[in-house]
Amino acid sequence: MAVITVERKPLTFLERTYLPQIAGGLKTTFKHLIAPKKTLEYPEERPTIPDGYRGVPTLVMDPNGREKCVSCQLCEFVCPPKAIRITPGEIPADEPDRAHVEKGPKAFDIDMLRCIYCGLCQEVCPEEAIFLQNQFSMSGYTRAEMVNHKDRLYELGGTLPDAHFKWDKKKAAEEHGNTH
Amino acid sequence: MFDFYFEIPLVLRLFIQGLAVIMVIFPIAGACSMAERKVAAWIQDRPGPNRAIVPWVAWIPFLGKFLQRLGVFHVMADGGKMLFKEDSLPGHVNKFYFILAPIVAMIPALTTVVAVPFGAYFDAAGKVIPLGLAPLDVGMLAVFAVSSLGVYSMILAGWASNSKYPFLGSVRASAQLISYELSMTLAVLPVFLWVNAPGTPGTMGFGAVVEFQSQPGFLGGMWFGFLMPVSAFIFLVALFAETNRQPFDTVESEADLVGSFHTEYGAFKWGLFFVAEYSHMIVGSGVFMLLFGGGWNPLPWVSLATAVGWLGHILPFAHAPLFVGLLSISIFMGKVLAMIFFFMWVRWTLPRFRYDQVMKIGWQKMLPLSIANLLFYAIAIALIQK
Amino acid sequence: MIAPAKPDLVTVNIDGKEIAVPKGTNVIEAARLVNVDVPHYCYHPKLSIVGNCRMCLIEMGMPAVDPSTKAAIMDPATGKQKINWIPRPQIGCGTNVSPGLHVKTLSPMVKDAREGVMEFLLINHPLDCPICDQAGECKLQEQATGYGRGYSRFIEQKNVKPKRTQLGPRVTLDDERCILCSRCIRFSKEIVKDDVLGFVDRGSYSTLTCYPGKKLENNYSLNTVDICPVGALTSSDFRFKMRVWFLKQTNAIDTESSVGANTVVWSREGVIYRITPRRNDDVNDTWLADSARVLFKAVKASDRLTAIKINGTDGALDVAVNAAAELFKSNSAPGAIAVVGSGRSSVEEQFLTRKLADALKASTQLVSRVGQGDQLLISADRNPNVRGALVTGLITALPFGELTGLGAQIDAGKVKVIVAINEDLAAAGLTSAQLTKVSVVYLGSHFNASSAAAKVVLPTLSPFEKSGTFVNQQFRIQKFFKAVPGPVGATDDLMVLAKLVTAAAGLTLPAEINALWKVIAAEVPALGTMAFANLPETGLLLDATPFAALPFAEGETLHYKPAQPAVAAATA
Repeated sequence: MAVITVERKPLTFLERTYLPQIAGGLKTTFKHLIAPKKTLEYPEERPTIPDGYRGVPTLVMDPNGREKCVSCQLCEFVCPPKAIRITPGEIPADEPDRAHVEKGPKAFDIDMLRCIYCGLCQEVCPEEAIFLQNQFSMSGYTRAEMVNHKDRLYELGGTLPDAHFKWDKKKAAEEHGNTH
Repeated sequence: MFDFYFEIPLVLRLFIQGLAVIMVIFPIAGACSMAERKVAAWIQDRPGPNRAIVPWVAWIPFLGKFLQRLGVFHVMADGGKMLFKEDSLPGHVNKFYFILAPIVAMIPALTTVVAVPFGAYFDAAGKVIPLGLAPLDVGMLAVFAVSSLGVYSMILAGWASNSKYPFLGSVRASAQLISYELSMTLAVLPVFLWVNAPGTPGTMGFGAVVEFQSQPGFLGGMWFGFLMPVSAFIFLVALFAETNRQPFDTVESEADLVGSFHTEYGAFKWGLFFVAEYSHMIVGSGVFMLLFGGGWNPLPWVSLATAVGWLGHILPFAHAPLFVGLLSISIFMGKVLAMIFFFMWVRWTLPRFRYDQVMKIGWQKMLPLSIANLLFYAIAIALIQK
Repeated sequence: MIAPAKPDLVTVNIDGKEIAVPKGTNVIEAARLVNVDVPHYCYHPKLSIVGNCRMCLIEMGMPAVDPSTKAAIMDPATGKQKINWIPRPQIGCGTNVSPGLHVKTLSPMVKDAREGVMEFLLINHPLDCPICDQAGECKLQEQATGYGRGYSRFIEQKNVKPKRTQLGPRVTLDDERCILCSRCIRFSKEIVKDDVLGFVDRGSYSTLTCYPGKKLENNYSLNTVDICPVGALTSSDFRFKMRVWFLKQTNAIDTESSVGANTVVWSREGVIYRITPRRNDDVNDTWLADSARVLFKAVKASDRLTAIKINGTDGALDVAVNAAAELFKSNSAPGAIAVVGSGRSSVEEQFLTRKLADALKASTQLVSRVGQGDQLLISADRNPNVRGALVTGLITALPFGELTGLGAQIDAGKVKVIVAINEDLAAAGLTSAQLTKVSVVYLGSHFNASSAAAKVVLPTLSPFEKSGTFVNQQFRIQKFFKAVPGPVGATDDLMVLAKLVTAAAGLTLPAEINALWKVIAAEVPALGTMAFANLPETGLLLDATPFAALPFAEGETLHYKPAQPAVAAATA
């Protein structure tokens, strides 16, 4: 490969004093001084959250207002920083709405001081019950406050549309299906 | 109508005047810290601090909101924080000198103010009386002498902190301040050469310099900044270096020295260093304006006397000493504040020099330039005044 | 595994690998020997073979011979004997090896067969994995990753069956998940001989159920949960408690009786969730009694001792040991101190107990517990380690159920101090009046009358919180390991005993188990060649002849026949 030696243009005297460059710089900064501001006034103005944003992990209800989580603990297993802690529980047979689901979380804690917002819990969830939604601001005065418990997770998560209604279908099959 | 003022004892009068100056300098230094944050924010396309507000000011309809957006109450908030936060004293420091250092920093900063006239008025005979705490004949020398003491505070702080970065910072500080003091002094000499014509009683006072810039005629009304641009330039650059402002703030360069000589300081003691730095800037800007910027004269070729003469046609009380005094002070302070804005503007424009570059500029560029400048003006002035 | 060639070995070829296996071995076991896994559901090595799941289908063939001359037919292409492959797949579990048998487990036909079986099995299997306790140890789940389609071609309604049938007090059945392998039925019939389970209805309506009026409530019912290849039979206790992949497995020994069944303790973060059997063909096969699976509940019991007490006030371990040493010193007359050891202590603890008794010139006794043996995995002697005490020399004769001799000595004023280790003296027959006459130093894990009466209480660990060895009824020495950390305040038994020995005799013994075993090996001839780390997981048989004359309480159980007729009832 041929080596092309490029002559560096010698600096003129003015350039060597730096003064024109300094003046140019001052001009640029002065332009910015009077230019319109580009920042958001955060608590009053909120940024628009893009689709697929990974915010605080939350638990969601199905459109019928039933909890979707069956406490399979896959999220707890996959969670890289071990932020999720679930205590599984049995749904008693006398609960008309949910008895057929059999299992649900007795307690569901996500330690937001450990959470790294990786979204693996959402990816692994077989029931589509945990979602990283657009909540991005978590704060608290104590460590205990930074642990989201089940009721808080449902409050943050709200209700999301459901494509399957898996457990409703299960119940319908139980009622109309080919039982003996 | 203010004759009674001159009848109170001199000591009391000077005390009141001194207090007045301190009461002005301190808030301005505080306001400068706020202005620094606001200018920084604006240059970076941000709104800057705009949250703090005193509740009863918030009730004022538009003004309250405006003041809040301007961030003026952050000065109070900052000051309050500085006063009330824990004043920690590290275990490994030399306690006496550690506490002494910020005090030593404040002394030269406030003492130099004594020699700087802030304005002027005309006595009954039409003679210009500079408004300063001490109308010293050796004004310039006094400022140089006292302000260079400021370096001792940095050396004390760096040494007493008993840790690496403060020590390195203080060593840099002393070297840098000595390097630029030379060219600064040499740059000022032509001004006084010109002012003190052979045969006249010599003076190093600022009053005489401003008076010289107020003379009628083309050369007389022209400020020294135009007559001696190179001197003004060297003085300005040296001033940046002397006050440790960007691009010469190698002393405080947080990237390589953490916080330099005030690494170990916090709370009010740190605040004193901070105020001292701004006081230095104010005094330095004042000196620059007095020497090269026409002092309290509103415009080149328009002296204060001329301006007052014009105003006399409109305002009946224009010749009153009080009005003239306030007018001159306003003009002068306006110029000083413009200078301080310039300091900040440069800060957010130029990156910091490396320490070796600072030394190189100081010794290899500024010093020869100032010597050449001195020689040139010595010969020129000798020829003109022959 | 393969013994030197005996006449009853036959050579088979599995996936190209030749192996000699005993006659009567089936293809699944033969394949296991060459590390070839033949997937199966209904086959269980300890149960009869029914061959109803069809998952173990393999392709097999025999070397070709000319029917008339019986001469081998050679394949000209390879120069070897030609193999006549059977054109249809055969079940591996029901096919026993025969000389020259050739088996293919990886051929396309086998793969096809397995995929077909999987698809049928999954037709009616619910999508329960997220809530199913078997997930993670489910054979169906495992094979579905290998042979499942990933999607279902079955668009009709799945069968609906009862989801939570209580088969018995400890077993819950989810019928939808059942793949009708009949392992549980065969287990009940063949092992426990408590024939309560059976299928009713036909075809896809087939349902596992108890016979009318019967319940699956024998003491081995939870083994059906263990052998269930899917999540149909679940333990009511463990149901929905924890996913198995979180649980740490620790090998342990059942302390319920002298059978010494091998177990696995499943724990997570210091909490035990369940106990399951560990296969040991010489002790317990793959079974475990239900009563052995709830022993861990005592670990978190509210009556655990967690504070060292000296005359009723809390104190540090060294203070308590010094207080005990003071008691020992002030009663230094021979026979003034009695040591009550325990058949529930490990061999190491019994060794240290003996050293302590030697140092104190104290008499030693054990307390025996004798119940009814069930001839399977619970023997009559309910102490797991009486033979350990014999081997270490702590006792020379078999213990009695009540400490009547010791009581008499107390009444006579001879015995002033009793060191009780893991034994409640009141339960062992001492009256409260007798207890008040002596100073008791109590080492134990749980509160009882002795710990309440004791001058010095030293809380120690439960068997799940320490490592050690037990010697079972076969004189088989078996290791168990620490599954969970002990509660705050409790100290390792070995540490406490070693400190007591030091305080009593000025003799320093190691409290760390591997170091202690060096001392044990040096002093106990029967264990002279062993080290704790080297003991095999299946245990090691000790020489039982020195104790052959002793009338042990045990009757016949699985893999154990008493040397002489049981005379336990008479001596107890």
